[in-house]
Amino acid sequence: MSDGRRWGCREGIAGRGGAGAGFPAVGAGAGGGGSLLKGQPTRILLFRGRRAGQAPLSPPSCLLSRTAMISQFFILSSKGDPLIYKDFRGDSGGRDVAELFYRKLTGLPGDESPVVMHHDDRHFIHIRHSGLYLVATTSENVSPFSLLELLSRLATLLGDYCGSLSEGTISRNVALVYELLDEVLDYGYVQTTSTEMLRNFIQTEPVVSKPFSLFDLSSVGLFGAETQQSKVAPSSAASRPVLSSRTDQSQKNEVFLDVVERLSVLIASNGSLLKVDVQGEIRLKSFLPSGSEIRIGLTEEFCVGKSELRGYGPGIRVDEVSFHSSVHLDEFESHRILRLQPAQGELTVMRYQLSDDLPSPLPFRLFPSVQWDRGSGRLQVYLKLRCDLPPKSQALNVRLHLPLPRGVVSLSQELSSPEQKAELGEGALRWDLPRVQGGSQLSGLFQMDVPGPPGPPSQGPSTSAPPLGLGPASLSFELPRHTCSGLQVRFLRLTFRPCGNANPHKWVRHLSHSDAYVIRI
Amino acid sequence: MPYLGSEDVVKELKKALCNPHIQADRLRYRNVIQRVIRMPGVQEYIQQPILNGLRDKASYVRRVAVLGCAKMHNLHGDSEVDGALVNELYSLLRDQDPIVVVNCLRSLEEILKQEGGVVINKPIAHHLLNRMSKLDQWGQAEVLNFLLRYQPRSEEELFDILNLLDSFLKSSSPGVVMGATKLFLILAKKFPHVQTDVLVRVKGPLLAACSSESRELCFAALCHVRQILHSLPGHFSSHYKKFFCSYSEPHYIKLQKVEVLCELVNDENVQQVLEELRGYCTDVSADFSQAAIFAIGGIARTYTDQCVQILTELLGLRQEHITTVVVQTFRDLVWLCPQCTEAVCQALPGCEENIQDSEGKQALIWLLGVHGERIPNAPYVLEDFVENVKSETFPAVKMELLTALLRLFLSRPAECQDMLGRLLYYCIEEEKDMAVRDRGLFYYRLLLVGIDEVKRILCSPKSDPSLGLLEDPAERPVNSWASDFNTLVPVYGRARWATISKCQGAKQHGPELPNTASFATSGSLIPEENKETIQELPDSGALMLVPNLQLTAEYFEKTWLSLKVAHQQVLPWQGAVHADTLQMALQVVNIQTIAMSRAGARPWKAYLSAQDDTGCLFLTELLLEPENSEIQISVKQNEARTETLNSFISVLETVIGTIGDIKS
Repeated sequence: MSDGRRWGCREGIAGRGGAGAGFPAVGAGAGGGGSLLKGQPTRILLFRGRRAGQAPLSPPSCLLSRTAMISQFFILSSKGDPLIYKDFRGDSGGRDVAELFYRKLTGLPGDESPVVMHHDDRHFIHIRHSGLYLVATTSENVSPFSLLELLSRLATLLGDYCGSLSEGTISRNVALVYELLDEVLDYGYVQTTSTEMLRNFIQTEPVVSKPFSLFDLSSVGLFGAETQQSKVAPSSAASRPVLSSRTDQSQKNEVFLDVVERLSVLIASNGSLLKVDVQGEIRLKSFLPSGSEIRIGLTEEFCVGKSELRGYGPGIRVDEVSFHSSVHLDEFESHRILRLQPAQGELTVMRYQLSDDLPSPLPFRLFPSVQWDRGSGRLQVYLKLRCDLPPKSQALNVRLHLPLPRGVVSLSQELSSPEQKAELGEGALRWDLPRVQGGSQLSGLFQMDVPGPPGPPSQGPSTSAPPLGLGPASLSFELPRHTCSGLQVRFLRLTFRPCGNANPHKWVRHLSHSDAYVIRI
Repeated sequence: MPYLGSEDVVKELKKALCNPHIQADRLRYRNVIQRVIRMPGVQEYIQQPILNGLRDKASYVRRVAVLGCAKMHNLHGDSEVDGALVNELYSLLRDQDPIVVVNCLRSLEEILKQEGGVVINKPIAHHLLNRMSKLDQWGQAEVLNFLLRYQPRSEEELFDILNLLDSFLKSSSPGVVMGATKLFLILAKKFPHVQTDVLVRVKGPLLAACSSESRELCFAALCHVRQILHSLPGHFSSHYKKFFCSYSEPHYIKLQKVEVLCELVNDENVQQVLEELRGYCTDVSADFSQAAIFAIGGIARTYTDQCVQILTELLGLRQEHITTVVVQTFRDLVWLCPQCTEAVCQALPGCEENIQDSEGKQALIWLLGVHGERIPNAPYVLEDFVENVKSETFPAVKMELLTALLRLFLSRPAECQDMLGRLLYYCIEEEKDMAVRDRGLFYYRLLLVGIDEVKRILCSPKSDPSLGLLEDPAERPVNSWASDFNTLVPVYGRARWATISKCQGAKQHGPELPNTASFATSGSLIPEENKETIQELPDSGALMLVPNLQLTAEYFEKTWLSLKVAHQQVLPWQGAVHADTLQMALQVVNIQTIAMSRAGARPWKAYLSAQDDTGCLFLTELLLEPENSEIQISVKQNEARTETLNSFISVLETVIGTIGDIKS
């Protein structure tokens, strides 16, 4: 992991290799206050220096990027109702700013992005999360990455404390939310976002809509994973506020570990694979008391980069990995073990990407055949869907979305099994398959009428070229207990300081879901 | 509004601030101080508790107390900076608690705003660098931002710093990665290979952010990818697949991705990229499909044949929204790449049936007029337009029609004479729009003068590829945008940012914001246009400098010595000074040069003067130290008014920045 690259002036190109070459310590008396005191700029010195007109005190102003300071923060419901409004600086126009934001957002022309908007020397930066708008305003030219990250972190934090993030939970926990905001931001500056530090100051108890029960734990439920099928995630087990432990001692020791992969695939019309991209994350939600150490063992064959080889087989290869800063990697090189002491709440332990080279076959193959009679306007689409998962696995909530030419009026269908459903909507065909077993094959025959101006006589009726607007087909699905990269969590061990409680519950789940699975027709 | 200004709240707060019990109870004390924002009448109560808080044992009290100093300063309005307090804050930079350290920086930044913010000297910079690993991601991002203003003294120190910060390029937080990248780019501004290397390193994190689950983050990352592509066109070429759009993505991300695809195209991937873009052209969203067609048009400037073929195929779809954009693309293409004229002329017949909007009609009519001699049915298409001219709603289309028909008349007189007569008659006798009528009359009189005169005026060059350079500025050096990296500028786009900062500048004469924009717009243009941009600037602010100010050298010297420096600043500068260019540029914005050192003198100095319409004098000294690559400005003012001072400085900055840009 340590490609300690040195930056140097004499090498021409910055030299590579030399792993772990110690960095020269900047400021020899590191940490010691003595060296600092010597150069402490006293005010008098400062002014004298300027009068003499020597010291270049202020840098060119174009470099002066301002601090990441936000003026206001508010949360709007999807309909634009302000749920939370907080002014940190008192330098701005008050609550109607929220309304102004929503009006601007809805009235935006199509070619402009809504992420940052500008009005009266104030920038609005927002994210959408679970149907809510989390908006920050600032007058400075801030770093968009930091601010967007802060907003996402706030969303996670509110989710941690309120159980889950939704219009209902926010409006039930207004006091708690304001208290949290007070702690996270002071005068518009981020203080801390660690759940652990915040716990010391948060007094308000979260209001949960219904009592939590372990029996709700559905087999595929995930916290936080924003899959297209919101009815599956999140399960109520993990969407429990971190603070409820104060009242509810019995369920204290639980930890959830999820390996979630998002799959984006593009397949050409001749069946060749154009693009495969897997974005994976290992997420941890811990309700353990702080200080307990977790060891996560990953598949031993896991290797990073194209060159590394491990084990006997082809290995589980990913292109890039990044870890959360609290993860200790001393056993990663040798045994693929991640060690960390998580704070309560949600945490992304590891992120990885893999592209182009998938160890396992793609989960789905689609074999379309299209017959198109321009003269009569009759369009016949035959779709055969093959699931290439291992026979024991299955895919859930499979939905095929096929855009159709304009003006399709009628649809007649022949489906291979009764639980499937197909319907027309918004100029597209939607084919729902609630459950597809690995190795199985399903098919559907769809016939449609496309009225419209008949083609120019010169071209004549052609059956080869599909009509305009047909395809590409896109699939969405979830694959529980399956990771496309093949990465698995071997074990999850807790070095738990006994506080008189029962054994902790550990939940490890794997899931892949589609981000964009597109098949050209 | 929550606890702002209400009488009861103020009273309650005052009571709380005076209460020794509250001051003793740390948690309550902290909660009280945290609440102070802008409230009148609490100043005198707040000072002592805050000063006590700075020395408290509990770190969470020191955190709020440090920020409390900034609040207190802002409550006092434009009061004097309290030197003792500032010193105390500087010494608190050594605090054990990392959040206190970061808050100190923020607080000092606000208190010393008028003087250019907190000063980062060598010991402070090194202290901060050593503390970096103790900070959380927000603190790291903030400190990286503050470190931007530190300039290492030697190369060795510079590379030591880079080595120390290297690990932050691998951070899991995109904010920290981008902050570190920016710092690298700025510190290594004299080492292009280091900059390139950093951009290679940051490729992974950026690409990961581009496919992040958070759409907003993805968007910001895409904008930065485009920024990098401006300087290093091949940088992401092998990753082109990452920028393919997926069905479920929102519109604004798709549009960005199409732009990126258009910019990273090269010999290897052009086939795949074009195929992907062709798929988008038939998307259900008309906006998106049009954007894709324009993108193909952009690629066509380099890969003409393949693109023209795709565009021609698209015409076969006979869809209005596609045809109109394809024809517009053809128009631009024929102008920039004359070699494709033949192919375009063959594709055009039949298009007229599928065009309804003004832009598309104009493009088609222009093409028919200019290249009509190669399109067999051109006169008949135009005839249809002439027949329906009465029901035509857009004046611009009528104007275009007049010109095109007259042009076509020159090459094919027999077919056009009759309808040209009809069109001219209609335009002159019946048309309500004055511009169209005038154009008609003009052409009528032109024809009366004689056909040679018409030819001389109307047969302008049919194409000029060199104009493409204007639209498509050459590669920009990394240094031209390094300071914009990881700010809102790439996210808004340079053009929009320029308008935003301009109207901001007009409102508050913000000294920082406007000039970034004017650097941007003026950087790549020719000098004449430069001067226009500069001239606009004083008008946009409230500042009006009096032209032709006459000031004798004696009077200048006397005034100069009697005044104090109101503002001092350093701007980047490279190489020697061309006295004439500088003097002329300053003249344009009504700043007079009183005296200058001769060229090549070290240190080089110049004295400038200007006066605004209220009679306020600005005296300026420019100082160019030989060993530094920067120019130092000291401004004196005979009336102390910060507003006008700031706008004056921003004008001056723009001029110097522009001159510097032209030279480098």
